[in-house]
Amino acid sequence: MSAIDQSKIRNFSIIAHIDHGKSTLADRIIEKTGLLTSREMQSQVLDNMDLERERGITIKAQAVRTVYRAKDGEEYIFNLIDTPGHVDFNYEVSRSLAACDGAVLVVDAAQGIEAQTLANVYLALDHNLEVFPVINKIDLPSADPDRVAAEIEDVIGLEAQDAPRISAKTGLNVDDVLEAIVKKIPAPKGDADAPLKCLIFDSLYDSYRGVIVFCRVMDGTVKKGTAIHMMATGADAEVVEVGYFGAGQFIPCDVLSAGMVGYITASIKNVKDTTVGDTITDRDNPCAEALPGYKKVTSMVYCGVYPADGAKYGDLRDALEKLQLNDASLFYEPETSVALGFGFRCGFLGLLHLEIIQERLEREYNLDLVTTAPSVIYKIHKKNGEVLELTNPSNMPDPSEIDYMEEPVVSAEIMVTTEYVGAIMTLCQERRGVYLGMEYMEATRAILRYELPLNEIIYDFFDALKSRSRGYASLDYELKGYQQSELVKLDILVNHEYIDALSFIVHAESAYDRGRKMCEKLKEEIPRHLFEIPIQAAIGSKIIARETVKAMRKDVLAKCYGGDITRKKKLLEKQKEGKKRMRQIGNVEIPQKAFMSVLKLDEE
Amino acid sequence: MRRPLELYIHIPFCARKCLYCDFLSQTASEMVCHGYVEQLLEEIGCQSGYYQGYEVVTIYIGGGTPSILKAEDIQAVMEAVKKNFRVDRGAEITIEANPGTVSREKLEAYLDCGINRISLGLQSADDRELKTLGRIHTFDEFLKTYQRVREAGFHNVNVDLMSALPGQTLSSWRSTMKKVTMMKPEHISAYSLMIEEGTLFYEMYHDHPELLPTEEEDREIYYASKAFLREQGYERYEISNYARPGFECRHNIGYWTGVEYLGLGLGASSYIQNFRFSNEADLETYRKINMRGEDADQRLHQNISELSQREQMEEFMILGLRMSRGVSGSEFIRRFGLNMWNVYGDALHRLQENRLIEVESPWVRLTDFGVDISNYVLSEFLFDREPD
Repeated sequence: MSAIDQSKIRNFSIIAHIDHGKSTLADRIIEKTGLLTSREMQSQVLDNMDLERERGITIKAQAVRTVYRAKDGEEYIFNLIDTPGHVDFNYEVSRSLAACDGAVLVVDAAQGIEAQTLANVYLALDHNLEVFPVINKIDLPSADPDRVAAEIEDVIGLEAQDAPRISAKTGLNVDDVLEAIVKKIPAPKGDADAPLKCLIFDSLYDSYRGVIVFCRVMDGTVKKGTAIHMMATGADAEVVEVGYFGAGQFIPCDVLSAGMVGYITASIKNVKDTTVGDTITDRDNPCAEALPGYKKVTSMVYCGVYPADGAKYGDLRDALEKLQLNDASLFYEPETSVALGFGFRCGFLGLLHLEIIQERLEREYNLDLVTTAPSVIYKIHKKNGEVLELTNPSNMPDPSEIDYMEEPVVSAEIMVTTEYVGAIMTLCQERRGVYLGMEYMEATRAILRYELPLNEIIYDFFDALKSRSRGYASLDYELKGYQQSELVKLDILVNHEYIDALSFIVHAESAYDRGRKMCEKLKEEIPRHLFEIPIQAAIGSKIIARETVKAMRKDVLAKCYGGDITRKKKLLEKQKEGKKRMRQIGNVEIPQKAFMSVLKLDEE
Repeated sequence: MRRPLELYIHIPFCARKCLYCDFLSQTASEMVCHGYVEQLLEEIGCQSGYYQGYEVVTIYIGGGTPSILKAEDIQAVMEAVKKNFRVDRGAEITIEANPGTVSREKLEAYLDCGINRISLGLQSADDRELKTLGRIHTFDEFLKTYQRVREAGFHNVNVDLMSALPGQTLSSWRSTMKKVTMMKPEHISAYSLMIEEGTLFYEMYHDHPELLPTEEEDREIYYASKAFLREQGYERYEISNYARPGFECRHNIGYWTGVEYLGLGLGASSYIQNFRFSNEADLETYRKINMRGEDADQRLHQNISELSQREQMEEFMILGLRMSRGVSGSEFIRRFGLNMWNVYGDALHRLQENRLIEVESPWVRLTDFGVDISNYVLSEFLFDREPD
């Protein structure tokens, strides 16, 4: 079989701020290209994880191949590579984009440009992609496509007057997008006769087929039987099957050649042999040098992840290993806690990434987890000259050994409508932000620039931002560096026992306030016991706050007759289930969610 | 010997829905009530076929307010029961009634058809509290009804009371108890108010616990009741039930000790040969069931579940421990062929250490503190669920 004509291939991504309609447009493209009938369409074909569907966001990069008959009468192969929209997932966006030749930028006709619109466009331009804009949601009453087009030209500098104005929801003008993809996105320019050079942009583990590698062939060809070599890990394997991505399914084909996007299964036993960003070549005819790959991302947020049932430690380790396979940004290493037993300290790109990994572990791997308060990496300069990188607060050395501490700071851009500028400035000040400047994008919108300590962002900053701006503010940030800071470790004692998993590091000025709120929160979370339970916050040996959980006085069903029995028994069962979700520490049972309490301190 | 069976007959109608009530009841026209009774008679006739090996030992006509039905309707129901089931001569037969809904004629008709126990819903002797609850009667009206009940010749009367009401104090509660015990009913049920979802009280008080007596006050009232009623000759035999010796409600004791019972009428629950099930609970749907049809059982009986031996053991404990006498280890062995202390040793020892239960072989019972937090205690007797 001859290689497919590269000039008829278009490899592209859709990029957008969250909720601007990326997934909906992807659905329409799949629908319009006739790959599926309307009846077969699940509401959002690309988002095939339950979790994605519920949250309405795309977590994992995925790909789909469709065939489009253009107005010029030719058939084009579209490889649509999906990207996540959230700021936490820049890394994944980056690896998706590396497999593309162009990108469709979706902008909401009512909301206009948001923080992540900019972040994603810059990322695409970094990868030398051709980007063209599409203005979506023009059916909304508040849509103002002219304003948004002008904004795109002013702020991003992309030609936008002829940008397709569409409603992905209703399908209006989506044909214009398809034509624009053919005309504006360049065809791949690989050499099918050169040695194989193939980029791994994703992978997943299937219990029947083993590791499935998602790749973009840059040069050469790969087919069943090809002996392949992974240039970074050094692993070798023989190809079992190649194919491309149908909607929600893998469709085998004979050969993948230069310019094509598809998958490879091979006799790959160990998930660690295929790292995303690695280059696959032909062992017998290797290419001269590997592709640049991706810049290695660093975890910004750490937390302890423990199995609720200690016996599941091995299962948790296996699950983390498999998740890391297609999420190289996930870091983990074993740790132990007095309160929680054996578990892992995991590193994440951000708080959303943390939550998603936690939920995937719970849902896809059926694990019941306890997670501790998130932390950033603190640099501790000890008096003896040693420098420690601290990711777990309970490992903090005695204050007498510490010379000074440093914490990570980020430069943040917050895009907000002008009426909420005041509220957001107050928020940033409360979070020790340093004001850097403000620019008006137009009369009603501004970009606020702040330098913020990362540990002020990881707890509940997103929620606070949204609630104080009625959802109109958006945030993008990047790590700027470290600064010296007055930090203390806050310990929590429950019934006079120190709970290592509840310790957290906080700026000295807010220690009292946080300690008090933490005690109040824990008082709500810890159920009444047979005895009174003091909850205390302490810095070193000094108690700075205290609350008391009163002893249980009354928990009784007054009535239980023939018709009540089944219902009342369910009630008791629920109570028992509640007990099971608790951690016994000393005499006290602490609900597992209490270990995340620190995240909710700003809730009123 | 025939197996003992209890009958529960549900009358889902009321003069007015009380604000705290989450029972299956509604107001209805005379015509709807009558149509319901017709269907109930059909059900009695058709279902009784399965129970020929049984002897009915107690009957309980509950609601709603059964006494709002016409006397003839109650008589017809009783006649149908007696015609279709074998009813023990000494059976305890109770009807629930609310003050203001029973005339002398009705009471005589009840006695005529074999009803020998009446349960009156008083709730409080304080008219302000009655109003808060949304009751349709005053204390004075209760007194008249009570007198009528005695004059008609009822020798076994229960009075229902409620404590921990919004605005209730220990002294208003004492006054209610004094007034009621002066009347010398044989039996008193005293329930601590539960705020149930789906009631008006839930809307009013769920987010405003400060309007209700505190847990401490509630317990104070509870202990005061026990002490005061004991002085007056009433022993507490279940968490919320008190009686003069010999007048404990046999029907209700059956629920707590695993006696089989058949529920008849809308939404009524049954426990037959280790199966729990309940009747269709929608009035319209219930009324449309052809009781003689082949699929009558299927349409009538819902939520059918068979109890495994573990579930039977759980129920033995969580229901039996509601009784003041507790559960008996000997009975446990007789019933399940297993030793209670082997099956529940851990829980029993733990609870005993915490003084939540006390042991007087072969009996195990809740202590006063155990009663206060009985949900906590009883949940200890549930086994871990098998993973699905």
